[in-house]
Amino acid sequence: MATIVVDVMLKPEILDPQGKAVAAALPRLGFTFATDVRQGKRFEITIEGEPTAAQLAEVEKAAEKLLSNPVIENFTVRVEK
Amino acid sequence: MKIGVVTFPGTLDDRDAARAVRFAGGEAIALWHDDADLKGVDAVILPGGFSYGDYLRCGAISRFSPVMEPLIAAAKGGMPLLGICNGFQVLAEAHLIPGALTRNQHLHFLCTDQKIRIENNTTAWTNSFTAGQEIVIPLKNGEGSYQCDDETLKMLEGEGRIIARYVGENPNGSRNLIAGVSNERGNIVGLMPHPEHAIDLLTGPTADGLGFFTSVLKAMVK
Repeated sequence: MATIVVDVMLKPEILDPQGKAVAAALPRLGFTFATDVRQGKRFEITIEGEPTAAQLAEVEKAAEKLLSNPVIENFTVRVEK
Repeated sequence: MKIGVVTFPGTLDDRDAARAVRFAGGEAIALWHDDADLKGVDAVILPGGFSYGDYLRCGAISRFSPVMEPLIAAAKGGMPLLGICNGFQVLAEAHLIPGALTRNQHLHFLCTDQKIRIENNTTAWTNSFTAGQEIVIPLKNGEGSYQCDDETLKMLEGEGRIIARYVGENPNGSRNLIAGVSNERGNIVGLMPHPEHAIDLLTGPTADGLGFFTSVLKAMVK
């Protein structure tokens, strides 16, 4: 069994109001380290056995078609060790 | 004239949309998301609501419903198609309209009577208005901020495809105050505010919204 992780983030040029709200809340709690926060989505996909190159290509396709909206989001695909 | 109104799981405004169609003088036909059959309708409305609970992204799962396949083909062939609010989000997810709808800039759900200006009165859904006409219809959404890249924005402005704009303060952070966008041909329109909630003074703040529904009936007679 393996886990394939797809991370989806808004493109840098797209405003992320949720991230901005989190960034504004941090200093109120005394956390002053952040100059910016961006919020995204993480999908953990479980498959049987070790993923083949063909399966990873399928996941890429699914990420482009369904998991992300390429108009506003970027994504990365990786296998969790 | 038969106008289909699609119901997805989580759709809220299908009844009001059907009522608006009847008020305008059309016949409203209920279409079901899981049924790849347009039942011979002449035009279709994707109404507002929270289809699939807005899971993943608003409209992202509905966009792949069985009804969407014949609908996308028919709309690409010129059939009038109006997406209101969540319906607009479905159109954007289906890439029938460029751009995307994102979280309101102020993060709050918004529910207000909104003044908008009809910028293009030549589309299938706006021909009952005069160009520049200002109307008031309800606006209620959490993710209504219209975003697209600079190149797309320039193209939309240049081709007159921004069919309606918010008047006054920007209610949700949409680029260039965009409230509605059409495809190149003008048969597909995405609109964030809700004309179906403003068709008579008994139930709405105005009757201004009725014009969208009389427009499509006129467009089909032509």
